[in-house]
Amino acid sequence: MKRGLALYATAVYVFLHVPLLILAVFSFNASRFTVWRGFTLYWYQAAAADRELVESAMNSLIIAVGSTVLATVIGTLGAYGLWKRGSNWLAGSLYLSLVTPEIVTGVSLLAFFQWVFRFLDLRLGMHTVILAHVAFSVAYVVVVVMARLRTFDPALEEAALDLGATEWVAFRKVTLPHLAPAVAAAAMLAFTISIDDYVITSLVAGVDSQTLPMAIYALARRGVNPMLNAVSTVVIVALGAIVLFSERLRSA
Amino acid sequence: MKPLRSLFLAPAAALMIVTIAVPLAIICFYSLLTRGAYGGVERPWTTENYRLLFDPLYGAIFLRSFWIAAVATALCLVLGFPLALFIARSGSRKNLYLSLVILPFWTSFLIRTYAWMFLLRDTGLINTGLQAAGLIHTPLPMLYNDGAVILGLVYGYLPFTVLPLYATLERLDKSLLEAAADLGSPPWNTLFRVMLPLCAPGIRAGAILVFVPCLGTYLTSDLLGGSKTILIGNLVQNQFTAARDWPFGAAASLTLMAVAMALLFAVRRQGEELL
Amino acid sequence: MDAILELRGVSKHFPSHRAVNGVSLEVQRGAFFSLLGPSGCGKTTMLRLIAGFETPTTGEVWLNGARIDHLPPYRRNVNTVFQSYALFPHLTVRGNVEFGLRRKGADGIEAHVERVLEQVRLTGKELRMPCDLSGGERQRVALARSLVLAPDVLLLDEPLSALDPHLRKQVRAELKDLQRRVGVTFLFVTHDQEEALSLSDRIAVMNAGVVEQVGSPQEIYQRPRTRFVASFLGTINWIDGIGVRPESTRISRERPQNGVNTRLAVVTECAFLGSVVHVAARLEGGEALVAEIPPQGPAVSPGDAVHVWWNPGDELRFSP
Repeated sequence: MKRGLALYATAVYVFLHVPLLILAVFSFNASRFTVWRGFTLYWYQAAAADRELVESAMNSLIIAVGSTVLATVIGTLGAYGLWKRGSNWLAGSLYLSLVTPEIVTGVSLLAFFQWVFRFLDLRLGMHTVILAHVAFSVAYVVVVVMARLRTFDPALEEAALDLGATEWVAFRKVTLPHLAPAVAAAAMLAFTISIDDYVITSLVAGVDSQTLPMAIYALARRGVNPMLNAVSTVVIVALGAIVLFSERLRSA
Repeated sequence: MKPLRSLFLAPAAALMIVTIAVPLAIICFYSLLTRGAYGGVERPWTTENYRLLFDPLYGAIFLRSFWIAAVATALCLVLGFPLALFIARSGSRKNLYLSLVILPFWTSFLIRTYAWMFLLRDTGLINTGLQAAGLIHTPLPMLYNDGAVILGLVYGYLPFTVLPLYATLERLDKSLLEAAADLGSPPWNTLFRVMLPLCAPGIRAGAILVFVPCLGTYLTSDLLGGSKTILIGNLVQNQFTAARDWPFGAAASLTLMAVAMALLFAVRRQGEELL
Repeated sequence: MDAILELRGVSKHFPSHRAVNGVSLEVQRGAFFSLLGPSGCGKTTMLRLIAGFETPTTGEVWLNGARIDHLPPYRRNVNTVFQSYALFPHLTVRGNVEFGLRRKGADGIEAHVERVLEQVRLTGKELRMPCDLSGGERQRVALARSLVLAPDVLLLDEPLSALDPHLRKQVRAELKDLQRRVGVTFLFVTHDQEEALSLSDRIAVMNAGVVEQVGSPQEIYQRPRTRFVASFLGTINWIDGIGVRPESTRISRERPQNGVNTRLAVVTECAFLGSVVHVAARLEGGEALVAEIPPQGPAVSPGDAVHVWWNPGDELRFSP
């Protein structure tokens, strides 16, 4: 039975990873068609030269960094608050944001923004995207940090208070260091979620804030394009590295 | 003491109110209004949008989404269980095998969906390969159908069943399995009468984690299903963009939400934590 | 009486150590047989070898005249009562007890189950879930679950260790009574020598993977064959390499008449325990000993100088 399981597991791992490997391999193909014609870096150069593509990648990075910072701070503080004090309705709404289908989150935020714009002279743009990303990332940050908090002995904070520290100092000097790996892991998680989001972003982005997923989607819609393979490979490798690093931190 | 603790919660609370509570409330209101002449919403108040959902055309969309999500979920559970079992029994290499499952999942859902486009198209790798090998002469239409959508969903959400199943299997009391064998139960019987019932919490968690996103899927059906496969997610997106019928889109979204919430509630058990 | 279970030269080697080393054993049909030894001596491994959860590195296991060491657990007619009882938490008491029966597709299952539940005195509790039962009740379910399959041998892995101490003595008596009534051969594993002595027809004393002695409780206690067996069962005083049990150790203020086997000692402690008095003393050479004397014996207090002596017949000598 063990042999059978191992064989099966191999098959599943192949199923999971090979499609991505194939994508990567064909990003080096010196032909537009799915027949191998030789090794080339042409598609990578083409991607790098495509202004729209590069601009959307920049936008994605800006949005990801901005939303990650905000989501991590809000989420860490929120997780700590929940751990110390608990709040059923906050926990409930965080859970709600986790289980709500993306499309529903997207349209509700779009409706919200358009409604707000009746009173404020604003339009959809980078700021709405960042806010949207913070909205759906926070719950993930809370989950990751909470898991780490559960391994933290509250007596350590009480000891700090006993020795004369204020609550804030105790948090900063005793709790936060313990949480550091989880906070870092949560930040990387928020980052990867933000970089990859299409559904919500496409609804709340303005005309001049196209993100990388939106560009990728547009290319994919038009059919298969080796340049897209190149972009995909770069994204996979970059995100993969971040994820691996984050997992290392989480199990530390 | 107390004020500081509340302060920690304040930013998150404010965020939730602004980005979850208020938007959902707005959607609720919109679903009861009428579409505006130039997009947006206007009075009168009406329940027409919900009535429209019962129209066979839209009912069919809901049923199809349900069906596809159910099949994808079942496949994820069936395919994920043996893998979770393998990892749980792999001793010192557990973390490695877990990472191998988690890794593809976190690297861009969009790209992973595109990967299957690349493989399944008429001029994609599988078809060119089979033709080159002389096994077929005309390309197999593997893309732009329900099957491709299900494949894409399973590919995307398989890790969502593997992880909770693994967690449950890991915590399983091994002596219970030995007791079953001791009492005369061969391995297959032990699997069905002891192991699976004891894995119920993991199965429930995995099923919900897969079914709800699949029910509201947009990307997979859009890229892999083509124009023939319109699911709830595509419907909603369409209403808020091209079709400009926000009230109807809102009604459809809320119905989707309601179904998801009902499922979550039905599957909930005492003592299991939310976060 | 015939042997229902036989081990012939059984060894089990693990990469890190040898758990069982060349053990040969015979268990008689209908007996209450105990495997006694300290933790790590290999007794649990022996149990698992017989149950089928381990296969012997060398040697054979014979049950009822047939060789079984190559069979998986679900094909051996032995059943185990696990130390943690391992009751299926998702099944009721009845569900647990029925479990093995449904496999065999037996008829009259319900009546059979009722009968066994009566034997362990659990009638009326069929529909309870394991989490709602007390420790003693859970143990009885585990017993019922195994006994209902009429095994050739019932293996019990330290079944009393999970119970409250005050419950243990009572359950011990119930267990002995049950075995007598049902007549099934019990193979009982424990590290508690008092349990083994009070329950067993025969005991095998194990140490470091080897069986040091097999015999009735009286034989093992009164005529131990090795130093280990002598000190593991009951308490024993070692004086110049000779073993003397506390109850054979005599204390007196005056020198005894026969003059043999006498030593001088100083009393360090004196405890009145109702039916006996424990006197702890230290010999000139520094060795400590304990004597068990009747309450009517000489009254001594810590610090007194006394003579310690014993009958030659009570000596336990071992070759080095």
